[in-house]
Amino acid sequence: MLLVLALHAGLAALAGALAPRLGPRAFWVAALAPLSGAVLAAAAAPDVLDGRPWVQDVPWVPGLDLSVALRLDALSLLLLVLVSGVGTVIFAYCAAYAERDGALVRFVTTLTAFAGAMLGLVVADDVVLLYVFWELTTVTSYLLVGLSDEDAAARRAATQALLVTTLGGLAMLVGLIVLAQQAGTTSLSGIVADPPGGGLVTAALLLVLLGAVTKSAQVPFHPWLPAAMAAPTPVSAYLHAAAMVKAGVYLVARLAPGFAELPWWRPLLVTLGVATMVLGGWRALRQHDLKRLLAFSTVSQLGFLVAVASWGTHEAAVAAGVLLLAHGFAKAALFLSVGAVDHAAHTRDLRLLHGLGRRMPVLAVAAAVGALSMGGVPLFLGFIAKEEVYAALLAEEGPLAAAALAGLVLGSVLTLAYALRYVWGAFADRAEPLPPHDPDGTPAGAQRVDPAHVHPPGPGLVAPVVLLSVVSLALGLVPSLLDGLAGAVAAPYEGEGPHLALWHGVTPYLLLSLLTLALGAALALARGSYARALRAVGDRLPRALDADLGYDASVRALEQGADEVTGRTQRGSLPFYLAVVSLCAAVAPGVALLRGADLEAARWADGWPQAAVGLLVVLAALAAARSSARLSAVLFLGATGYGVAILYVLHGGPDLALTQFLVETLSLVIFLLVLRLLPRRFGPTVGRTRLLRGGAALVVGASVTALTLATTSARSRPSVSEEFLARSAPEAGGSNVVNVILVDFRGLDTLGEATVVLVAALGLSSLVLTLRGASRQRGRSDREEVSG
Amino acid sequence: MRAFDHRSPIVQTAVRAVFHAVLLTSLFFLVRGHNAPGGGFIAGLVAGTAFLLRYLAGEDARPGRPVPGAPRPGLVLGAGLLVAAVTAAAPLLGGGQLLESGYAHPVVPVLGEVPLASALAFDTGVYLVVVGMVLAVLSTLGAQEGTSLAPLAEDDDPGEAV
Repeated sequence: MLLVLALHAGLAALAGALAPRLGPRAFWVAALAPLSGAVLAAAAAPDVLDGRPWVQDVPWVPGLDLSVALRLDALSLLLLVLVSGVGTVIFAYCAAYAERDGALVRFVTTLTAFAGAMLGLVVADDVVLLYVFWELTTVTSYLLVGLSDEDAAARRAATQALLVTTLGGLAMLVGLIVLAQQAGTTSLSGIVADPPGGGLVTAALLLVLLGAVTKSAQVPFHPWLPAAMAAPTPVSAYLHAAAMVKAGVYLVARLAPGFAELPWWRPLLVTLGVATMVLGGWRALRQHDLKRLLAFSTVSQLGFLVAVASWGTHEAAVAAGVLLLAHGFAKAALFLSVGAVDHAAHTRDLRLLHGLGRRMPVLAVAAAVGALSMGGVPLFLGFIAKEEVYAALLAEEGPLAAAALAGLVLGSVLTLAYALRYVWGAFADRAEPLPPHDPDGTPAGAQRVDPAHVHPPGPGLVAPVVLLSVVSLALGLVPSLLDGLAGAVAAPYEGEGPHLALWHGVTPYLLLSLLTLALGAALALARGSYARALRAVGDRLPRALDADLGYDASVRALEQGADEVTGRTQRGSLPFYLAVVSLCAAVAPGVALLRGADLEAARWADGWPQAAVGLLVVLAALAAARSSARLSAVLFLGATGYGVAILYVLHGGPDLALTQFLVETLSLVIFLLVLRLLPRRFGPTVGRTRLLRGGAALVVGASVTALTLATTSARSRPSVSEEFLARSAPEAGGSNVVNVILVDFRGLDTLGEATVVLVAALGLSSLVLTLRGASRQRGRSDREEVSG
Repeated sequence: MRAFDHRSPIVQTAVRAVFHAVLLTSLFFLVRGHNAPGGGFIAGLVAGTAFLLRYLAGEDARPGRPVPGAPRPGLVLGAGLLVAAVTAAAPLLGGGQLLESGYAHPVVPVLGEVPLASALAFDTGVYLVVVGMVLAVLSTLGAQEGTSLAPLAEDDDPGEAV
């Protein structure tokens, strides 16, 4: 597995390098990456379906108990079929779709990298590793959505996708860490096998689910997905149908065996899922852009998937597995066919398309298969999936199951209606003329596509669609092929292995399916008569319900908040910064001191010279605080420093004293250098400011004094200096213990300090040079103004 | 620096006289540091005061070398950190620990037995960093427009940036 992952990374770099030479054919090279994933899936399948997952574990950060733990079990295998199987088809499609332009290198590289990240996500068993891959998919998808970086809408869409999914991702990271702490293991399978409990775990799960919900575009986080349609169509097919958005569903399905019995789990997730499904379906019915229609249908189907995957019974798990596959195959085929239509007719507006079915019959049939499969029409895989869902929910008792069932039936009705709308819109002939005044506003001066001018797409664009549709059809006709996989996916639950079949006899869920079909078809047929009503209802909904506005508002609020916080804390006042820093430094340990310190060992002085020097230091400090001229303040400040140095001498610390003397001298001169630029005297301070500053100084001084007394008298272990003195000569060959400590015992600290000094010098230089450059420029423009 | 608006030839000559002596003193502090008061940090500060004196005496600096008689600050800083890092990492090559030090007492003619520790090399790095810091401060805060020792044209040349 590690090898396959490495292959993805390698091919991402290689294909990117080849792209300028090969053009779009570089995708054939890159396709080896998902192909290797598919081969991996095929190779692992016999073992995995037998209940023996493939496991690989490479230590990563042993000290933190992190490892690159990969685990390929049935659920991962199923996702792998989508990520790598469908992925290979999409890469092949890209080779025919992509154009040789400046973005091609980025396109190949990021798409391949994305495939790798997605593969890693579904096989990761370590929660930290899972998060790493999770965010890798976020980042690569950001790059893919924003591929046409000259388009402002694409950039906004990419940023939106990034912000929303990263928000969830960060919440998820916190949740995963808490979860791992509570469970005592970072292994995902370990957590699910032995789920921890308690309030903290509930909070952690909610955070993790926030990640899943944002990634899978559930209400109210869904708007990023339709916006992300700015990406090239194959990217949408891959990211927004087969792979990335499934990550959230995957996570829900992954966690459900451990946590579905929690009292809040099902109500929360099923409600979210059903709401998303109905809302997505509703919005899909109102779209005119085929790709946006598919985007909302994806939102809707993701809601469906989350609702089913979270239910957490044997039957529901089987249904979720089949539904995942059915949706992946169908939606990828639909997206790819939109790409082909767009390529041929140069529009995706279904009001303008006309007669494409006759011009490209193969594509039309293949796309129709995909749409009907998604709509849950018999003979196709989607029907099998829907039957299983109904059966699973009918087997449950309680109001939640009934409500969920009702919601899902409603959603399925909408699904069939928009699926038919898609087929009709993309490929049907239009008898009626384009309405002269369309309230929804077709682009001004738009002409209906003339079928005679449509260039049917080449086989490179059609074959992938056909292939995906054939899979939908074949698995729909012989669903028992999936018995093994679906059964293995549901293995964590108790229950009998599934018997997927096209015909189960007349059963309640068959009747329910028929009802769905009838209502959906009726809705599609009656489209003209309710379109107006739909619009009226939609327009009358308060704007506040538009989740996209919510996104805008939160981003704005975030920026404003950041502005205010920065404005309040970074106000450019040196005294303010100084006060904040020193008060924090004083108060934090000072509070600890309030608990009581042992001051018995403290004494006033060790003799009269010390007392005298101490007194001088105190006097100099007072004088420094009182002087109104800057120069004298600095000199008094220097006097305190020299006084302290003398104290060191009295205590017999020549190294310290020498250093102190030198530092004082140098800083005095540096002060003088700076003082040239400042007014001679301090500005007048108002009484209140003076009091405040004095108070702050007293607090800091008292705290530091108390801290010094407490730390010197609170020694609980023998001083480390004894040990250093003893070890200095024999171990480091030096008898000046201060220096030995600096260069040997604490050498690493010294190295770090040297680095800090260097960085400070660099910062100082660049700051001064920048300011000087700016002032020079200002001076120049002033001169120009004067002379002009 | 022209903070003191005139240049005194007496001060300049005196500073020239002591400049090398102070630098030698700093080397003395550096070498003896392992066994007697001194060490890289102190020695670096002493050397810094040597340059400070030259600077205060108000000598003209050469272009690109804002402090008279001194190399460019960036060069000294970089060399210092490089020396410190390399000597810190060198024992790794021999299979030792980071910052592991060794010492010897070679007998040198005239001087007799000389205690020599590998830590001296590390200390030299510290020494250079401190000197470089002082030089950087002098050249940035000292040389201001109008009162500058460094011609303004010089920092238009990106190669000369500190």
